Amino acid sequence: MSLVMWAYYAICVCLIGLLGWNFVREKKSVDEMLLYLIVLVPLVLRVLRIK
Amino acid sequence: MRRINLIKTSMAVVVLAVMVAGAIPLYKHRHFQIPIVAGPGVTRVAWLSDWCPALKGTMADTQVFFMEGKLPGGKALIMSNTHANEPAGLLMELIFLENAVVERGTLILIPEFNRSASSTTRPGDGYPLYFSVKTSWGAMKLRMGNRDAHPLDQWPDPDVYIHYPDKQLLSFIDIRNTNRTWPGRARGPLMERVTYAAMELMRKEKVDIALDLHGAETMFPVTNCIVAPEKSARIATMVSLYVKAREGFDNHVEPSPVGFRGLSHREIGDYSGTLPFLLEAPIPFLDQPTGPKTEQFILDGKDPLLLKLSKKNKLFVAYTAEGWPMDKRVGQHSSVSLEIINQYSKKNPVRAIQVLNVPRYKDLVANGVGFYLQDPAKAEPSRVYHN
Repeated sequence: MSLVMWAYYAICVCLIGLLGWNFVREKKSVDEMLLYLIVLVPLVLRVLRIK
Repeated sequence: MRRINLIKTSMAVVVLAVMVAGAIPLYKHRHFQIPIVAGPGVTRVAWLSDWCPALKGTMADTQVFFMEGKLPGGKALIMSNTHANEPAGLLMELIFLENAVVERGTLILIPEFNRSASSTTRPGDGYPLYFSVKTSWGAMKLRMGNRDAHPLDQWPDPDVYIHYPDKQLLSFIDIRNTNRTWPGRARGPLMERVTYAAMELMRKEKVDIALDLHGAETMFPVTNCIVAPEKSARIATMVSLYVKAREGFDNHVEPSPVGFRGLSHREIGDYSGTLPFLLEAPIPFLDQPTGPKTEQFILDGKDPLLLKLSKKNKLFVAYTAEGWPMDKRVGQHSSVSLEIINQYSKKNPVRAIQVLNVPRYKDLVANGVGFYLQDPAKAEPSRVYHN
């Protein structure tokens, strides 16, 4: 894998962390909780090298 | 507080379940192996990385089958699944691998040229992940791929693909298209390494003719034809006349454009001594717009929208309610491939290639593709390869 590819995966992991943390911290808006989870899906699938 | 935690947990479980349900079929598809039975004509099996070590261990490395005759002669290379969503070529190669016997010269077959592209799909177009061919021993399941390599294997795409070595500007997506990355380079992007390996194979093995099997939309003008550069045009014309007169189907000749770079029919001829031919059989499944992209549509090529367009003369091939079935497409590829080899051999007796025991167009239309495929479960395990 190229350096750019590694950087791309590193960014994905950072975003997963940020979205996960926001999801945990969110206490009121159910819509935002759902949005955090939906946005997580493609990032998780990419890091797991599925899609 | 307890209520919000309950909502969060429920949502996480539902999203996780949806994600897993979507991920499992895609994971299985990417790792699905097509069994290939090496018939009596296969004398050795190599890997494409043998001609470009930088391919080794990647998803783009693919098997190369050699069928060597007892008598000396020329060499022909046949590649299919350059675009892994055009499966007629793959089926033709499986029939050759499982049945053909080479008397003179050598036949080299690469059934899954873009191995990476065959491990992905086009979900936006609703592609089925697999299709099955009926045989006397059951259904043979094959993977349906995509036109371009899997982004997991080659990423990121550039804004514009600058072709090597001509520096022509091509669409960004074509950097993952193995019919735009010829002649390739040893340390380029993965798909350039694939085409470079094939070029090295042709140069080092002194391959006389190279055939690249494709499928094209019925609404695309370059369909149902042989694309050939100047140096291959004479043989292609003879083949076109032969199949029309003797086998009863059209397959016209299209000239390979000099100003459009990266294509196999252009670069192979320009960067090696090999004569290239690109074969196009119509595949209605790739047309837009059509009805749903189903497994049945891959096999029978029947579509009511295309039939309407045909009546308005909007298609570049004859199209009836019979559609354009797989048996016919594979049959065309088979007859045209055999006739290219035959015509080349007539003109170059010292470098002749003689291939026996392969069905032609009429045989395939009459008996179907499945008739010629062997059951991997009953074959000698050491003769079954997985790709």
